[in-house]
Amino acid sequence: MFWKSMNNYTKRTLNQFLKPKNRGKINNPDGVGMVGNPVCGDLMKVYIKVGKNKKREEMIKDIKFETLGCVAAVASSSITTELAKNKTLKQASKITKDEIVKGLGGLPREKVHCSILANQALKKAIDDYYSKLPASSAASAKSSARASAKTASAAGRKRGRSYAGKAF
Amino acid sequence: MKRIYLDHAATTPVDKRVLKAMLPYFTRKYGNPMSLHSFGQEAQKAVEEARIKVADFFNCSPGEIFFTSGATESNNWVIKGVVRAHQSKKPHIITSAIEHHCILEACESVEKDGLAEVTYLKPDPRGIIFSESVRKAIKNNTVLVSVMYVNNEIGTREPIEEIGEVLEGRILFHTDATQAVSHFNCDVKKLGVDFLSMSGHKIYGPKGVGILYIKKGSLIFRIQEGGAQEGEMRAGTHNVPGIVGLAKAVELIKKDKKILQLRNYLISRVLKEVPLSRLNGSLDKRSPNNANFTFNNIEGESLVMLLDGEGIASSTGSACSSRSLEPSHVLSAIGLRPEEAHGSLRLTLGKDTTKKDIDFTVEKIKKAVAKLREISGNVLEEYEQLH
Repeated sequence: MFWKSMNNYTKRTLNQFLKPKNRGKINNPDGVGMVGNPVCGDLMKVYIKVGKNKKREEMIKDIKFETLGCVAAVASSSITTELAKNKTLKQASKITKDEIVKGLGGLPREKVHCSILANQALKKAIDDYYSKLPASSAASAKSSARASAKTASAAGRKRGRSYAGKAF
Repeated sequence: MKRIYLDHAATTPVDKRVLKAMLPYFTRKYGNPMSLHSFGQEAQKAVEEARIKVADFFNCSPGEIFFTSGATESNNWVIKGVVRAHQSKKPHIITSAIEHHCILEACESVEKDGLAEVTYLKPDPRGIIFSESVRKAIKNNTVLVSVMYVNNEIGTREPIEEIGEVLEGRILFHTDATQAVSHFNCDVKKLGVDFLSMSGHKIYGPKGVGILYIKKGSLIFRIQEGGAQEGEMRAGTHNVPGIVGLAKAVELIKKDKKILQLRNYLISRVLKEVPLSRLNGSLDKRSPNNANFTFNNIEGESLVMLLDGEGIASSTGSACSSRSLEPSHVLSAIGLRPEEAHGSLRLTLGKDTTKKDIDFTVEKIKKAVAKLREISGNVLEEYEQLH
C-alpha cells in the first residue's frame, strides 16, 4: 500500500494539480458527466454550459469540474477542461486521452487511466447535453460524440484494466 | 524550505554514532570474515562482537542470531525454510491478514507451489489478532504461526506474549518485530517466540541488513545456498559495515516518553481541528510513534503530495500510491470501505520530532484537507445517492 510511483509526475502535472483550472460547479449546467468509482478511488464530474460561436456552431462556453482523486486525476480533469473550453462540441468530442496525457507532459503508466476517465467525463457531459435536446436537432452531432467515447473506453480495455467498469 | 520527516515507519536516518562505527569497515577493515588472514580475522571479530550485542538485546545466545539482508529476507526465510523442513505431510501455517507483504506473498508462494496450506486470521476493527482466534485455527498439521509484533500501517500492537502462551512451545512461533524493536520489549523468552525478524534501517541503522533470531533446535532449512556463512544457514558474504551498524543501532535504543506525548498531541489536535476525521487502529494498543487518520472526501496521494509541497513527508494507504490500484489490505481488513482507505494518512514520528514540527504539520493538514475538499465538492455523496 504505501506505498510508489508518485514521484514520477511531470512539472506540468504537478502545476495542474496544485493550481487546478476551472474547478467547481456550474449552476444550471447544460450538460453533466460523472464517471469513476469510489473503489478505485477516483470520481470525476464535469459540468458544461453550451453557447454558439459566430458560425452559429454549438460550443463549450463554460466548463467546470469536481474531482475526488489522486494527483493525476485532478490534473487530468483540469487539463481536459482547459482543452475543451471555447471549443465547438464537435471539436471537444474529438479530444483524445493522448492529448490529455500530452498536455500534462506525460503520465506514469499506471496513471494513464486517469486521463481516460477525464475524457469520459467530458464526453458524458456532451452526451448529456444532446440527450436533453429535441431528438431531431441532436441526431447528427450526438453520434459523433458517442463514437469518440467508445474509442476512449476501448483504449482503457487495451491497457488490461477494467476502466469500462468505472464509468456508469 | 525546512523539511519535516514524519515517515519513520518507512525508514529512519542513520544515527551519526552508527555511521561512525561503520566507517572503518569500508576502507580500512574491509576483509571478508571467511578469509583466514588478518584482514579476515578483524572483520570476523567485528561480526561476532556485533552478534553478541544483538543477542544481549534480544536475551538469547549469539549462536541464535543470524544476519540477513533485512526483514524481508528474514520473513521469506522463516516461511519457506519452515515449510521445506516439514514436508513429510503437507504443513499448515497460521498468519494474519494484516502482515507485511513479504509474509503474505511468501505464504501465497508456498501455497501456489502446493507445499503448504495457510490460514489468514482476520483482525478486530482495531487491528488486533486475538490469541483465541490463533488457538481456534490450529490443526493437526499446523507447523508455524506468524504474527507481526506491531503493524506497520496502523501501529496496532499484537498480543505476542499471549499467543506464545497459547502455543506453549508446541508449534513454532514467529514474529516480525520490525516496527516494534524501538518501542517494545523484545526479550524473545518473554515473548515466547522461536523466530523473530527485524531490520536495521527502521531503528536508525543502515539499510540492507537485518536479523533472524532462530531459537536453538527449531526445525528450519536454509533457503539461500552458496557458502558456509552463518553456520551454513545463510550463504552470502557478510555485510560487515551493515552488521556493525545494526549492532550499534540496537545498542543505542532508548525508550522515552516524549514521542508518545507528541503523538498523542498530534492525534488530539487533528481529530479536534480537522472536520470529518478519524483515527484508524487502536488508541492504547498502539506503537507510540504511529498516527493513522482517515479524512472523508479526500484521496490520500493528493494529500501526501500537497504536504510534500510544504516539506512534510507522510504516507498513505490509498491505492493511488501503489501500482496495485487496490487500497491497503490492512485498512480493508479492519473494515474500512474503499473510499475510507483511500482517504488515509499515516504519520510516524521519530526521535528528533519536535512539538513545533507537529504544530506546523497540523496547520498544513488543515489547509490541505480543506483545499482537496474544495476540489472534490460533493461528488462522493452524489455518487452514493445514485447507487
